[in-house]
Amino acid sequence: MSTTVAVNWAAVEPIIPELLLVGIAVLLIILDLFAPRQRQLLPWLTVVGCLAVGVMVLGSRPAVAFGGMFVIDGYAVFFKTLCLTGVVVTTLMSEHFRRISGMHQGEYYSLLVLSAVGMLIMASAGDLMILYLGLELMALPIYALVGLHKTDNRTSEAAIKYFLMGGFASALLLFGMSLLFGLTGTTDIASIARVIEVHALAGNPALAAALGLLIAGFCFKVAVAPFHLWTPDVYEGAPTVVTAFMSVAPKAAAFAVFGRVLFYGLPELQLHWGPILAVLALLTMAVGNITALCQRSLKRMLAYSSVAHAGYALLGLLAGTTQGLAATMSYLFIYLFMNLGAFAILILLATEGNPRETLDDCKGLAARSPIAAALMLVFFFSLIGIPPTAGFIGKFYLLKAAFSAGYILTVVGAVLFSAISAYFYLRVVRYMYMDEGEQNMVFHFSPGMIAALAFCVLGVLGLGIFPGLLFDWAGSAALAG
Amino acid sequence: MSIPLLSTLIFFPILGGLSLLFIARDQTATLRMMALIITLIELLLVLPLFLLFDKTTPVMQFQEHHSWISALNINYSLGIDGISILFVFLTALIMVLSILVSWESISTKVKEFFIAMLILEGAMMGVFLATDFFLFYIFWEAMLIPMFLIIGVWGGPKRIYATVKFFLFTLLGSLLLLVGIILLYINGGQTFDIIKLAGQSYPLKLQLILFWAFFAAFAVKVPMWPVHTWLPDAHTEAPAAGSVILAGVLIKMGAYGFLRFSLPILPDATREMLLPMLILSVIAIVYGAIICLAQTDLKRLIAYSSVSHMGFVTLGLFALNQRGLEGSILQMINHGIITGALFLAIGMIYERTHTREIASYGGLASTMPVFAGFFLLFTLAAVGLPGTNGFIGEFLILLGGFERLPWTAVFAATGLILGAWYMLWLYQRLFFNEVKEEMRGLPELNLREIITLAPMVLLIFWIGLYPNALLSYLHVSVVHLLEQVHGGGVEGSIQSLSLALSP
Repeated sequence: MSTTVAVNWAAVEPIIPELLLVGIAVLLIILDLFAPRQRQLLPWLTVVGCLAVGVMVLGSRPAVAFGGMFVIDGYAVFFKTLCLTGVVVTTLMSEHFRRISGMHQGEYYSLLVLSAVGMLIMASAGDLMILYLGLELMALPIYALVGLHKTDNRTSEAAIKYFLMGGFASALLLFGMSLLFGLTGTTDIASIARVIEVHALAGNPALAAALGLLIAGFCFKVAVAPFHLWTPDVYEGAPTVVTAFMSVAPKAAAFAVFGRVLFYGLPELQLHWGPILAVLALLTMAVGNITALCQRSLKRMLAYSSVAHAGYALLGLLAGTTQGLAATMSYLFIYLFMNLGAFAILILLATEGNPRETLDDCKGLAARSPIAAALMLVFFFSLIGIPPTAGFIGKFYLLKAAFSAGYILTVVGAVLFSAISAYFYLRVVRYMYMDEGEQNMVFHFSPGMIAALAFCVLGVLGLGIFPGLLFDWAGSAALAG
Repeated sequence: MSIPLLSTLIFFPILGGLSLLFIARDQTATLRMMALIITLIELLLVLPLFLLFDKTTPVMQFQEHHSWISALNINYSLGIDGISILFVFLTALIMVLSILVSWESISTKVKEFFIAMLILEGAMMGVFLATDFFLFYIFWEAMLIPMFLIIGVWGGPKRIYATVKFFLFTLLGSLLLLVGIILLYINGGQTFDIIKLAGQSYPLKLQLILFWAFFAAFAVKVPMWPVHTWLPDAHTEAPAAGSVILAGVLIKMGAYGFLRFSLPILPDATREMLLPMLILSVIAIVYGAIICLAQTDLKRLIAYSSVSHMGFVTLGLFALNQRGLEGSILQMINHGIITGALFLAIGMIYERTHTREIASYGGLASTMPVFAGFFLLFTLAAVGLPGTNGFIGEFLILLGGFERLPWTAVFAATGLILGAWYMLWLYQRLFFNEVKEEMRGLPELNLREIITLAPMVLLIFWIGLYPNALLSYLHVSVVHLLEQVHGGGVEGSIQSLSLALSP
């Protein structure tokens, strides 16, 4: 007796991009195993695959699949594009770093692509289950990536720390989600909002507890103080290229679900989460910027700067308006360019057997490589937020959104902390341009590195001068979602 | 207007600067020449503005308007009125001089230096030409990057401290301005257009908050007492060209900000805060002058004298009458020319002696008589001798101050006396007394240096004897500004005072 199971292939259509990426991840492993001599194919395949998926994502029409569990809307498309861009730029930088550090494992690219699958699913999550699934799928490959550099003691410590902290954050999230499910009887994000509204649950203390747990879990993921303590150690210990990746793409994906849950699931609680996030944002900017002041390691300084920038990005979320969400989205995109660019230069500084991650290694960079120094200058002025770079315009949009929503003191605080941040960014510029360093260093710009740097600097300057397109896209994406 | 003259003024020097990228690093002579030609063309480009400018209307002229970031209603809009046209001229002029003064004094990283200078010129032009508040802020902040590098890379021994202090002071002020701009945008009908913003009225409480937010940025830049402490350091450590630009253009931007934004947009708050502003100005005048008497470093002395002179400028500004305002704007141009000339002269002497200690100089009048002659003229103009441009500006400011609050003019006049004291004393210590051993055999000014200084002398006397040449551009715009501040009826008579002054 045989039964034919009729497969409804039409239902699969919305997740074809994710399926393609999974296929590429598998293909990468196969290629690595059976064609070890063709290693140079791996980064190429990763880039080409991500580009193909990117085209598919950008061209996709709004749809809802699997009974509301998987949503394709403007919001999802925006974050998917953002994460894929992050993966592509990271891949372009990777070969250079792997050659210098001797990190030759072929699984590297496969893990990168698998975590991208997780991010794409997160961006499209319309249901708490899918959200959690995506989150774990993204996080697991990254735990492995952090520990990939087996010869370096710090990476093992970083991997363990990240794994434990990440597990802890997931547990908090799950607990929050289960409370939410218990209260509303559904895991569908849109339905949760409806149930809360219809049954007037906004004042329920259990709901407040759920909100608190969710915020704590997400704050772990995006490294917002006081849940940021893992960040400096993990960022410093991880291989630099993985750090660059972690500070951009997974953070953006985590912001995607953060925004999705707050804006589409718990809009009724905005009076609660707005002020909470305002306090957290201020604390994050304070901790990130002030601690970065006293770092001697450039990598660790960038880790704290990444914490501070998560604080700025929160400014848009806490505003609780469409404009605020659009501001956060735009800022994450801009942050991708400037932060990956800064990390690319950090990777360039390294030589075989000498990671060169301290501030002193930047000394006299302008004399050794005027181009590298000039690029770093652009990225750092963008991180400070000086026009005409994109960092300024992005920050301006955030400040304006938070200001319009009435968080005036938070904005004033943000402004003061970014003035403080100028000091430590400028210190690097000072070392590069105004100090003498060792002269005998040669810079190798590999083609991938050149492409990555050109892309980043064009992004920083181009979006700084013509941000209209990005703002319009983010604005319509935030509305459509 | 079909030709975008104003955009050309902004982008020509920037593109020109970038064109230097293609010249080999060791071709320093070519690089210098290119930079000079670019700034000279820029100066020529200002000429049509003066010729085509309509002096009878206060509206913005040569306007350009393009939508830029539609999501935030930000526009790329430029324009000039009778006030900004003078600053545009000053900027173009000062830039030519500062290229000339760095001819030989800049010997390392020549290429980068001139690129930074030319980009800086474009940004400074943008500040004076923008009629969109956001666009103004972009240029205002963008200027910091090249200036930071110019002081930090090519400056004196304590350059890093000075440049970081400069950057942080101005950045903190500017960021508070940014918050103010956002606040204004939200309360002023979601627009950044300066004309529209000035045409509306705002509640007094909001105006006061905005006034202090603007004050944070503009007062640091002027610099007003007590936020002036970055200036002596930056001035002293900057290379000669940097000092000339700082004194000539950069610090004028603070006062320009007050003129362009605080006064017309926040008239009630301005009138309310008149007294504190006048008091701060008078303190700056007297304090700056007294500190000058105690200086042993040449450049530092000139820097503190700038604090004192800018005190005059803000005094005239906040006198809020026609004489005060016109005097204040004219004095900014004058101060730019005089202090620029003084820094040029000091740069030339520093290249010969490599010391800024006043005590190590003496008897230069007998070794370098031509130089002594030039320096005497600049000193007298700085002191405000009748017949030089310094006199006209200060006199108008004192009149304006007297009309507003008589005692401010009394204190300000003390500043004038102190000014004469420290400047003449400085002259005595540098040029008279017995000739110091190290000062013997110094080469006299060469032709390039004389050509650099001669136009300054011409300008000093031209404005000094015929101030109407510049004042005539101002009248209508200043009257319009005063109407905005006082809401219609202008105080004081609007007769052309300059007629009485010009011989």
